Amino acid sequence: MKKLGLIFVILMLVFLYAPIIVLVVYSFNDSPTRAVWGGFSIRWYIELFHDKSILDALYVTVSIALIATVASTIVGTLAAIGMHSMKPGMQSLYVNVTNLPMLTPDIVTGISLMVLFIFAKFPRGYWTMLLAHITFDAPYVIFSVLPRLRRMNKHLYEAALDLGSTPGRAMRQVILPEIMPGVVTGALLAFTMSLDDFVISYFTSVRSANLSMLIYSMTRRKVPPTINALSAIMFTVVLALLLIINRRDARQAA
Amino acid sequence: MKRSWFAFPYGLWMLLFTIVPIVIIVYYAFTIDGSFSLDNFRLFFSPDIIGILLFSLWLAFLCTLICLALGYPVALFLAKTAMKRSAMLVVLFIIPMWMNFLLRTYAWMSLLEDTGLINRLLEWVGVGRVKLMYTENAVLFGLVYNFLPFMIFPIYSVLKRSDILLEEAASDLGANTLNVFTRVTLPLSLPGVVSGISMVFMPAVTTFVIPRLLGGGMFMMFGDLIESQFLTTGDWNFGSALSLVMMALILVSLGILNKTGTSANGEEGALW
Repeated sequence: MKKLGLIFVILMLVFLYAPIIVLVVYSFNDSPTRAVWGGFSIRWYIELFHDKSILDALYVTVSIALIATVASTIVGTLAAIGMHSMKPGMQSLYVNVTNLPMLTPDIVTGISLMVLFIFAKFPRGYWTMLLAHITFDAPYVIFSVLPRLRRMNKHLYEAALDLGSTPGRAMRQVILPEIMPGVVTGALLAFTMSLDDFVISYFTSVRSANLSMLIYSMTRRKVPPTINALSAIMFTVVLALLLIINRRDARQAA
Repeated sequence: MKRSWFAFPYGLWMLLFTIVPIVIIVYYAFTIDGSFSLDNFRLFFSPDIIGILLFSLWLAFLCTLICLALGYPVALFLAKTAMKRSAMLVVLFIIPMWMNFLLRTYAWMSLLEDTGLINRLLEWVGVGRVKLMYTENAVLFGLVYNFLPFMIFPIYSVLKRSDILLEEAASDLGANTLNVFTRVTLPLSLPGVVSGISMVFMPAVTTFVIPRLLGGGMFMMFGDLIESQFLTTGDWNFGSALSLVMMALILVSLGILNKTGTSANGEEGALW
């Protein structure tokens, strides 16, 4: 029974990894068509770094993910602290509003924002994409920070005030350290969501493309082999990120 | 209670970028040329459109079913294996999920196409070429491939947390392996199954990219239909009505799912 289970799990892993491995292998194929193997070469990697559209898209993706993460982490953390001290009715209103973008299908979120920007005669591009990313990132931060606040001993803050601390100092030295793990988790989630987003970016930007949008437009036309090299690099980056996060978790657990 | 104003910038932000856009969509859905009308919804009930909706629901249902059939055994195995190895296995299942889903879909395109690896393998074996790309099955395949991890993880995390002593107690009290599974393990894992179903079904029913790429635009799904109303046809009114229908669909099915299982999604489901 155990053996059967292991075989099944291995089969599933083959299913999940087969296409990725094939892409990585093809990225070293010298021939431009996938039909023939032209020998080992790294020419697609070299071409990749000379392709202006790919480098531009990389810049858009990373810069938007970074700015959106910082902005949504600040706004979201403040919002969570504010929501935590609200009266129950008001708080549940805020929680519901925060739930809204998480329950709305991406395509509807993207379209409604697109309609807003067109309605407001705001040209769609880099900045509108950034606004959209902050909007869908913030709820992830809030839902990571809020549980931390709820679990926190609320007398700690009062004790700090009783012992003569100013509210600002109590916030920085008592509340912030307590909720920090939630803030970091929220920021990581926001960063990943932003990095990976296609649908919302697709609707909220026309002139600036992130990597997902570029890949989409590439797959609609004739696919250049550089995309294989790009996949291989992105896969390696993800692998490295996961290993770092895993190690960080392991160290925290120890 | 003074700190509540900290949430004010966020509240303003969400009003502007979440509430107002939805209000605009509602406005468009109920008007034609600026005057009130229900024609957009009447159009929705035409056989063509209902057909597309049913096709999307059917495909998403099949995808969810297959994901459950493949994902449950994996989750069970991962949760029941000895600590050290299972942690590594879990990471192995997470990695593909972190890869851009367009790249994952593109990867299958290169395997399924007429001159792709699978067809060449079939030719080599002597079966000959089979048309794999741009079929309904290719779309279904792509959906399963993309969303399978979303089924595995909720079930895995629930099984992992559940008390192993309950299962031992059941077998000590004379239940056989099958009975332990159907009477103890399965009911315990139900919240995970429910949240897995919602995490697979929702994106599967709303996607427009996967059918576009693997189906070659031959199979219109509900997401495609909405996208084309806004970007190709330019009929915002009808597109808005369809968007509202989709939102209602999602909210209703989430409501049903939350009723059937104890709510397992929400704050922690967001992690995956």
